[in-house]
Amino acid sequence: MKKLILALAASTAALAFAAAPAAAQDKTKACWIYVGPIGDFGYSYQHHQGLLDVEKHFGDKVETAYLESVPEGADTERALERFARSGCDIIFATSFGFMDPVQKVAAKFPDIKFEHATGFKRDHPNVSTYNSRFHEGRYVQGVIAAKMSQKGVAGYIASFPIPEVVMGINAFLLGAQSVNPDFQVKIVWANTWFDAGKEADAAKALIDQGVDIITQHTDSTAPLQVAAERGIKGFGQASDMITFAPETQLTSIVDDWGPYYIERVQALIDGSWKQNDVWGGMKDGHVVMAPYTNMPDDVKAAAEAIAAKIKDEGYNPFTGPVAKQDGSEWLAEGQVAPDGEVLSMNFYVKGIDDKLPN
Amino acid sequence: MFESVLITIATAATPLLIAAIGELVVERSGVLNLGVEGMMVMGAVTGFGVAVTTGSPWLGVFAAILVGAAFSLLFGFLTLTLVTNQVATGLALTLLGLGVSGMIGEAFIGMPGQKLGIIAIPFLSDLPYVGRFLFAQDPLFYVSLLLVAGVAYFLFYTRAGLTLRSVGDNHDSAHALGIKVIAVRYAAVAFGGACAGLAGAYLSLVYTPQWIENMTAGRGWIALALVVFASWRPWRVLAGAYLFGAVSIGQLHAQVIGVSIPSQFLSALPYLATIIVLVLISRNRRLTMVNTPACLGRPFVPAR
Repeated sequence: MKKLILALAASTAALAFAAAPAAAQDKTKACWIYVGPIGDFGYSYQHHQGLLDVEKHFGDKVETAYLESVPEGADTERALERFARSGCDIIFATSFGFMDPVQKVAAKFPDIKFEHATGFKRDHPNVSTYNSRFHEGRYVQGVIAAKMSQKGVAGYIASFPIPEVVMGINAFLLGAQSVNPDFQVKIVWANTWFDAGKEADAAKALIDQGVDIITQHTDSTAPLQVAAERGIKGFGQASDMITFAPETQLTSIVDDWGPYYIERVQALIDGSWKQNDVWGGMKDGHVVMAPYTNMPDDVKAAAEAIAAKIKDEGYNPFTGPVAKQDGSEWLAEGQVAPDGEVLSMNFYVKGIDDKLPN
Repeated sequence: MFESVLITIATAATPLLIAAIGELVVERSGVLNLGVEGMMVMGAVTGFGVAVTTGSPWLGVFAAILVGAAFSLLFGFLTLTLVTNQVATGLALTLLGLGVSGMIGEAFIGMPGQKLGIIAIPFLSDLPYVGRFLFAQDPLFYVSLLLVAGVAYFLFYTRAGLTLRSVGDNHDSAHALGIKVIAVRYAAVAFGGACAGLAGAYLSLVYTPQWIENMTAGRGWIALALVVFASWRPWRVLAGAYLFGAVSIGQLHAQVIGVSIPSQFLSALPYLATIIVLVLISRNRRLTMVNTPACLGRPFVPAR
């Protein structure tokens, strides 16, 4: 309501001082659309933390707005258009499935900047994409999982077979194989980003089938909570979920979008905004590991060592030799995967016993 | 492992069963309340909130039942007293519930919750294969079975149940006989709301003991479908809920084992199974005619 009143006040002011149209331009409006509720305590929650960082950093200079639980598809377009017409100067669309609607709406509003998270299409000069190298964190988790698991089998709850998720699975397994070459990962596709009950059921099914480490690429805290109940160790997702599994969370990949959002809004204010394609990782502070807990000191030391290698030495988890699932060579000894191939990854690496849905 | 799978199925089926059995009574009285999802999510947030604040999950359960019933009475007032359209009002109730629960729940995000403990019946729970499944469960599991038995008995073996069914089948005749149609329907609606609230509490206190916005994730709609699936017969609701639970858990296990069926198809399986059974049932005219409350969804305005 307060935002509405502000908007009304702003437009009245603009009318009153029509002679000085710059007055309405004083305040930059930054808008976000989220795929889930900000109460998921996971993916959308972290994007919203980024919005709050922007508010804190710019104070009165920037006005913000957001829409949560926006479905991927026709509704996305409506949400984007609504924001575009309501005076947003920059719109952050934070889910992979928002990709095509963003291109469409961006064509209609060339003066508004669009930033699309986790996608790869930049059809118009006013569209940027940004992403985080979450898979760097998953590689670290793989190392921890292989050291902690007694059975050598981890359960992986996956959402949808898109490159971002597939690269996460591959990085996790490669990390684990660096410790135990025979490590196995069992995968359940939940076909949802967010259904606490279903995610919990998937975790139970995996545990019943004998895995002793749980990790997830869905957004709720439920799988970790189920694992905790059954005394199984696991990893949090997107935010630090230690309160849900104080004795069983090993670590968590924390998405920190704040620095990027502040940088982009600042660029817009300065007039230096340009199309870009940012893929930040641990090095840039976009991917942060939650404290390493509930593990022996040597495992913690190994995790810290590999995280430091990625962060400080720029080690790429996809460094050869790596074979594809069918045994054919993907990366030769010492060869580093080009970003383009990683971003469109649609195959498993060797050692995964699952058929990739497509 | 077999037993632990059974328990997982029971956990998936129980909230559907509780919500559906409540809605069955509502529909038997001739009222169609599409607001199950909304009442359920209100129950979930209330149950969680009260349990966390007071430290007692049981208080949470009772509060959820009360809020579910109160929320349904709002629907009752609109549709029964003001005679608004039941379908539209039910949909509005769902939207309202989802919105209000999100607002109330904001304070509870990211909090681990209280969980209702397990009640194990001595000796019986040691039985092989089914002991823990049948006799060492959370209390609401037992409540769900008692509800089904109670509703089945009430509807078909008591005078009050006969009265309720007569109101659902022909409200004009019932009115002519001196039955207070509106009062009976109010009671049925409140019972349905209480059940939906309880089902919500099951989600936030047993299934996944935490509050997440929109955590019902469509389960209220499944419950509505189950009532039709069961052709308005209580024991068939039980069968339907467990069938749905078994298929949804079974597909997860099939994936872990590595059955080479596309996971998207497996995920859709519970819904496909429901649709197929619905088609089969509605083909049989006699079956549907006998059990469908004839006045379902029709407004009642007493002649003066």
